[in-house]
Amino acid sequence: MQVELTVNGQRRSDDVEPRLLLIHYLREVCGLRAANVGCDTTSCGACTVLMKGPGEEGGGTSVKSCTVLAMQANGQQVTTAEGLAADGDLHPVQAAFRQEHGLQCGFCTPGMVMAAVGLLSENPDPTEAEVREGLEGNFCRCTGYHNIVRAVLAAAEAERTGASA
Amino acid sequence: MIPAPFDYVAAESATHALDLLDSYGEDAKLLAGGHSLLPMMKLRLAAPSVLIDIGRLAELTGIRAEGGELVIGAATPHAAVATSDLIRADAPLLAHSASQVGDPQIRHRGTIGGSLAHADPAADLPMALVALGGSVDLLGQAGTRNVPADDLFAGFFETSLDPGELIAAVRVPRSPGMAWGYQKFVRRANDWAIVGVAAIDGRIALANMGPTPLRARAAEQALAGGASPAEAAELAADGTEPGEDVHADRDYRRHLARVLTRRALEHRA
Repeated sequence: MQVELTVNGQRRSDDVEPRLLLIHYLREVCGLRAANVGCDTTSCGACTVLMKGPGEEGGGTSVKSCTVLAMQANGQQVTTAEGLAADGDLHPVQAAFRQEHGLQCGFCTPGMVMAAVGLLSENPDPTEAEVREGLEGNFCRCTGYHNIVRAVLAAAEAERTGASA
Repeated sequence: MIPAPFDYVAAESATHALDLLDSYGEDAKLLAGGHSLLPMMKLRLAAPSVLIDIGRLAELTGIRAEGGELVIGAATPHAAVATSDLIRADAPLLAHSASQVGDPQIRHRGTIGGSLAHADPAADLPMALVALGGSVDLLGQAGTRNVPADDLFAGFFETSLDPGELIAAVRVPRSPGMAWGYQKFVRRANDWAIVGVAAIDGRIALANMGPTPLRARAAEQALAGGASPAEAAELAADGTEPGEDVHADRDYRRHLARVLTRRALEHRA
């Protein structure tokens, strides 16, 4: 059946099977490979993207796209990590992850970054504890999380002050 | 993991969803946030032939006060329940319970009605609704009927909904300023309760101590008779037959119920 949505600012209309999951739609139909299939059981957060409904404010809320049907995104705006950088300039959260070494192998990073972007849109000035709780739905098996938390706090600071991270 | 094939229909209204339920019969399932149903379908533990999507119906979302109750649309996501100023002021136990479900992404999609309809005895919201003495409005072709939480949970992952009914709204009494306690024992972040206890206004509800959320009746009666929280808590597991799994055997669950009930009755969360 036909799904019509906006992905990273581009309007799309695609014929999909009802059982197609949003993660597979993004990766295989749209060719966007940033969001990863990790645990495939709504736990690890590697597939996190932002979803925004018509009339909703802001950039959207973080969702695990392995547990959303493509059809449930009908009429919605979806943003993946590919849609964050504007004109080649890294998004402040991306820049902060690079600056603070918030990744090692990189597999969790697109989901981690999208979860962080969603977190900061809901809470632009989080405490360290709020960052840790806000990223509860994202697993990283390399970093021990410290640099990720530092990166999110640095991104929040940069976004508040308008400085680049 | 890919679910078995199914047909998908987006309902245009709650009454349209009821008509679709009628025409497709018992093989159809309602889909709201899908955060209980889709994982079951991916594991092929569920294989409905049709999904009727009610997740974007404005008439099934929202939070309002109505006399002495708060009324929450069934398709309202956990994040909205957890952060609502109205719920945090007038039913803080419910807001706290919603904040304990899964993780932020799950709370953005999962809905209060979906969690209640799924009726997982280890889940947060069924226990919270029982503790609060809340109820659900069930919409069917014959109209709306209101079912108290104590009568909603019929068995393991089973409710008393008729096949042609949907949960339209959830009602909880307003209890601003009333002391409450909420205890959830987990071994891993984001997990379901190995045992959970919610207590408010003389009621004590237990999660994962049987096939449905349960009232700790003996402990409640002791409290009403003037027993201390510690004395009443000793009776929390009376009459329960909890299951056993890799996390806990029966005796350990009964021990947890007593300890967590004491903490809940001391208004800890």
